[in-house]
Amino acid sequence: MTALSDVSTHAMASARWRPGEIAFWVLALACAFLFPSRYLIMTDIVRLALFALSLDLILGYAGIVSLGHAAFFGVGAYSAGLLALHGIINEPVIALVVAGLVAAVLGFLTSFLVIRGVDLTRLMVTLGIALLLEALAERFSNITGGTDGLQGIEMQPILGLFAFDMFGKTGLFYSLIVLFILFLLARRVVHSPFGLSLRAIRNNPLRAAAIGMPVNRRLIAIYTLAAFYAGIAGALFTQTTALASLDVFSFERSADLMLVLVIGGTGYLYGGLIGAVVFKMLQELFQSITPQYWLFWIGLVLVVMVLVGRERIHRWVLFVPNLVIRQFAGRKAVVAVPERDAP
Amino acid sequence: MASVLTNLFDGVAYGMLLFVLACGLAVTLGLMNFVNLAHGAFAMAGGYICAVLVNNSGWPFFAALPLAFVASAAIGIVLERTLYRHLYTRSHLDQVLFSIGLVFMSVAAVDYIMGSSRIFIKLPAALEGQLDLFGVGIGRYRLMIVVICGLLTLALQLILAKTRFGSRLRAAVDDPRAAIGLGINVPQVFAFTFAFGCGLAGLGGALSAEILGLDPYFPLKFMIYFLIVVTVGGSSSITGPFLASLLLGIADVAGKYYVPKMGPFVIYTVMIVILLWRPNGLFGRTAAR
Repeated sequence: MTALSDVSTHAMASARWRPGEIAFWVLALACAFLFPSRYLIMTDIVRLALFALSLDLILGYAGIVSLGHAAFFGVGAYSAGLLALHGIINEPVIALVVAGLVAAVLGFLTSFLVIRGVDLTRLMVTLGIALLLEALAERFSNITGGTDGLQGIEMQPILGLFAFDMFGKTGLFYSLIVLFILFLLARRVVHSPFGLSLRAIRNNPLRAAAIGMPVNRRLIAIYTLAAFYAGIAGALFTQTTALASLDVFSFERSADLMLVLVIGGTGYLYGGLIGAVVFKMLQELFQSITPQYWLFWIGLVLVVMVLVGRERIHRWVLFVPNLVIRQFAGRKAVVAVPERDAP
Repeated sequence: MASVLTNLFDGVAYGMLLFVLACGLAVTLGLMNFVNLAHGAFAMAGGYICAVLVNNSGWPFFAALPLAFVASAAIGIVLERTLYRHLYTRSHLDQVLFSIGLVFMSVAAVDYIMGSSRIFIKLPAALEGQLDLFGVGIGRYRLMIVVICGLLTLALQLILAKTRFGSRLRAAVDDPRAAIGLGINVPQVFAFTFAFGCGLAGLGGALSAEILGLDPYFPLKFMIYFLIVVTVGGSSSITGPFLASLLLGIADVAGKYYVPKMGPFVIYTVMIVILLWRPNGLFGRTAAR
């Protein structure tokens, strides 16, 4: 058996769809049909899930800690808003892709800044880029609408067939389909040899380079892809809410996103999706207890999660589902075991 | 010409204030390699303690300043012993998440206790108004800041360079294992340094209520400034962060005065460029730790 076919067998084996995954998506679709009064919050969750998926690609698979991922979200949101506002591209799906591509271009350009330096420099540079864009958006308020945001965005029907309704039904199914398609793409990417090489780079860049991987080129590629995903998430935000304001760039958005991903766990793609559901539920819960001070509880969750240890919490949470799955599908089938994060 | 000099002086005062606020972070982040985004929370604590003492309990301003230092240092040492200590060896991601969590909690807690509006500290009459030195208007309050912060900087430099504690700290930072082997109580040194840094931040917070504005979002608003001081200044000595904060202070005041439309744009660009040009900071050591 040659080395190449060895890799492909391994990749194929790990890429097989597990029963748990199918159950997850069936459940997601079922929720969309079961709770017709909750379309708006579910759309919110789907958008957040897509955004978290994008962060997972660089954090969980490439080990890049970013404090400014909202930059790409914001660029996507404003691109989609401006395209619709000035009637440049009226078809939402095409506008979505274009907005994603704009964010990807930005991601490609800034990736050269990000791959230089170590963790701390990366933190500062990603944070700096997001703040820079926020300052720019505020400066050019004649284009972006400043603190008021873009107003009067009217979305055309999707593919000319499905108009956005005020209950958000179209918006939800649209977002869900986009999420699923992009998830499939991400799944394909991380299970490919390219994805495997990313994990090698995350675990030890020096060794990865020593066995001949083009470390920087791989990092640039995944960073650009993640920027594309974040841009799409931002564009979905604008298209489903008909709104884009300065807070799309805010630091809190990037920080919340890290929390979402950390709740769900990094490095197995579902982390962002599960995290988004849990995060939104927590947010609703805290806001119903103390409307103004829910930030405190979010902070407490972060602190406790770190102190107890993220892996330990995930092990506890996954204990029951894994037990159930084992009963049905035999010993080896495990729902999901979050991998260790970057060392 | 006079207005240029006045601006320069304001910039220096602003920069010195930033230095006092951020130099504790230079130790935790720069020397101990701990990403502490919650540093501003200690500054905010000091500021609010000073405000409560002066405004509500009628303490004189100059008596409240040392207490702001002591109280912030006490909070710092308690948190260090109970929480931070466990995270020194963890990944940067964990440290970032933990300290963001602390920031969020402090913001909401202060908002809950003190209200969300900006607060002011009643200043003694001697500190209000301007002096006129050779036709250059110099704010009395800013002059006091320059004096206090200048003395503190000198004292810090002397402590680090000349005292036994300073050499212990440098040894503990350079090589903790060897330092332990030599009988230096490294955790104690770190705890003390951490508390001292928090105390300085608290003092800075109390001083900055007048200039930077003090509200519950202080730790988030100025986080980036503290980080800039440390990352741009490097961590090999305290001269680096000192020069960096002066540079930042002068650039920020001049930027706001001469090109108000560009806003904070200039500073972020300069920061990114410097970090790309020298990832270890302008005055940092050449080898990454």
